[in-house]
Amino acid sequence: MPPATAAPGTPVAAGPPGRSAPATAPAKNRRARRGRELRAGLLFSLPAVVLLLLFMVAPFVSALVLSFTDQRLVSPRPVSFVGLENYVRVLTDAQFWGALTNNVVFALIVVPLQTGAALGLAVLVNRRLPGRVLFRTIYFLPTVTVMAVAATVWKLLLLPDGGMVNGVLDTLTFGQLQPGWLSSTSWAMPAIVITSIWQGVGFQMIIFLAGLQAIPASLYEAATMDGANAWQQFRNVTLPGLRNTLIFVLNVTVIFAFRLFDQVYIMPQFPGGPLDSTRTMMLQLLQTGYGRGLIGQASAIAVIFFLFVLAVTLVQRRFSREERAVQ
Amino acid sequence: MSTISTTGAPGTPGTTGAGPRPGAAAPSARRHPGRLRRAHRHNLPLHYAVSIGAALFILVPLLFMFAGSVKPNADVLADGGSWRALLPTSVSADNFVSAWERSRFGQLLLNSLVICGLTVLGGAVVNSMFGYALARLRWVGRNAVLAVVIALIIIPFEALAIPLLLMVTEMGWLDTYQAQIVPFIAQPFFIYLFYSFFLGLPRELEEAAQVDGAGPWRTFRTIIVPLSRPVFASVAILSFLISWGQFLWPVMVTRSEAVRPLPVGMAVFQTLPPLQWGDIMAFATMMTVPVLIVFVIFQRAFVQGVAAQSVKE
Repeated sequence: MPPATAAPGTPVAAGPPGRSAPATAPAKNRRARRGRELRAGLLFSLPAVVLLLLFMVAPFVSALVLSFTDQRLVSPRPVSFVGLENYVRVLTDAQFWGALTNNVVFALIVVPLQTGAALGLAVLVNRRLPGRVLFRTIYFLPTVTVMAVAATVWKLLLLPDGGMVNGVLDTLTFGQLQPGWLSSTSWAMPAIVITSIWQGVGFQMIIFLAGLQAIPASLYEAATMDGANAWQQFRNVTLPGLRNTLIFVLNVTVIFAFRLFDQVYIMPQFPGGPLDSTRTMMLQLLQTGYGRGLIGQASAIAVIFFLFVLAVTLVQRRFSREERAVQ
Repeated sequence: MSTISTTGAPGTPGTTGAGPRPGAAAPSARRHPGRLRRAHRHNLPLHYAVSIGAALFILVPLLFMFAGSVKPNADVLADGGSWRALLPTSVSADNFVSAWERSRFGQLLLNSLVICGLTVLGGAVVNSMFGYALARLRWVGRNAVLAVVIALIIIPFEALAIPLLLMVTEMGWLDTYQAQIVPFIAQPFFIYLFYSFFLGLPRELEEAAQVDGAGPWRTFRTIIVPLSRPVFASVAILSFLISWGQFLWPVMVTRSEAVRPLPVGMAVFQTLPPLQWGDIMAFATMMTVPVLIVFVIFQRAFVQGVAAQSVKE
């Protein structure tokens, strides 16, 4: 059973088969295998490479190109190059800055709150106490509910009159605090924040849990021997051990905060409302490109969004690398 | 590149899960029984108070949804402000029947299942094959291609949505299944997860198969795939969660109930007159409960699948 089934294009050593010199046989096999691996490598890669080129690389390049043109969704006019005009339009548009501000405000509230809560929950369910699996399961439940469902249920819970949240607040504050939530410009964003944390905190918790379990137990034993209390252990063992996980989670959460869309589309009476108080960059992108058909301008928003994501990722890389240098 | 599997998840399936690690805390407990027990006793009430508080925050919306789905429409709002909102004060299936019919739920469910199923399946095949080629086969330009794939991970889908919309319109794919499936099959992050898992498998396995005359395809199918169930499960679960929840893109490319997935169907159903919250909660329940059941059954795999995220540096 000769393994060298002579792949086409593979030079076959001369000489009668079966009687080749012992020195050339392994070389021949290796060459044949090389040829076979090259062919297989290309074939195995082909489907994914074609799909990536078509649906990632090509759209990415065209987003860049389109952002410098006046392309429209449906228009008989020929497309022309407009230079930086789209970027100027976007960057001088008060609505865009309003959307960007909303994203920043959302991120400033959600990132510390959700990350802190997720870390706390992970520490809670990491302790070997009865009920930890049950609690972990409960905290993770919202992750498997779709954001559209979470948004709808919370919309109802947050009804100003007759919603459960205001019912509880009424009892707790003796009727002093009755926010209008989604119908008030100052409470609409907090409503979106609550919904987002509810749905996303379990996901982050699991990532932290994976990070916690990678910290060697011996470190905690040593800390206990040294008489470190719970807080000191958290501060000096847990946090340093979780550093990379923490950077990763922060990175992902910041990016998620800038992708905010489903909730602001579903929860307010009109997407982004009331009075643009929950308008986000993604909503702006969708309404510019799809609603108004201004593809060029929407592409400029997409490029700005991408640059932002790139910056966040580079900062993360930088921090992770610094730690590596220390090690 | 040397940092790629720092958290150790890909090569060592099972260690990232939240399962008990025998002997992790036990030895110290034996050595310092008094001190440990004292520390625990000190924190226990606080520990459980916080745990239960957080659990209530998580459970209340779900209980509200279940309770609202079985009670008369009028009661959903009437009970809203009190504890009765969380209890099924009267039980009937009326809302389910009405929501199912008014929203054409069956069609929406079928759409979601087809779109998710094919995306997950296609992704498992295509991404694992590419991951295998990058990790285990020697071919020209492999390292350059790998670098490009890793760079592609950071491109968010939203940055591609507008040109993709143009492409899909041009191809006549508006309002079709394929517009919601084909662009989402190849995913750089999943390719990377497969790649780092395959990288950790011992070489000898393939060599044994090759001595027996197996080609790369047969080696992959009969040796590698069966050994790689954990990474296939992780990728399948993550891609299912992402695909099942898709919203922005289907809003852009679907027009009709014939191809619309459940989340978009839900947003549309909410705006259908007459506005009936009991029906809407029934819709939400029908959409959520099957996934919750599957989650509880495969909890371990789910948790590991999500934790696999954290291996990305």
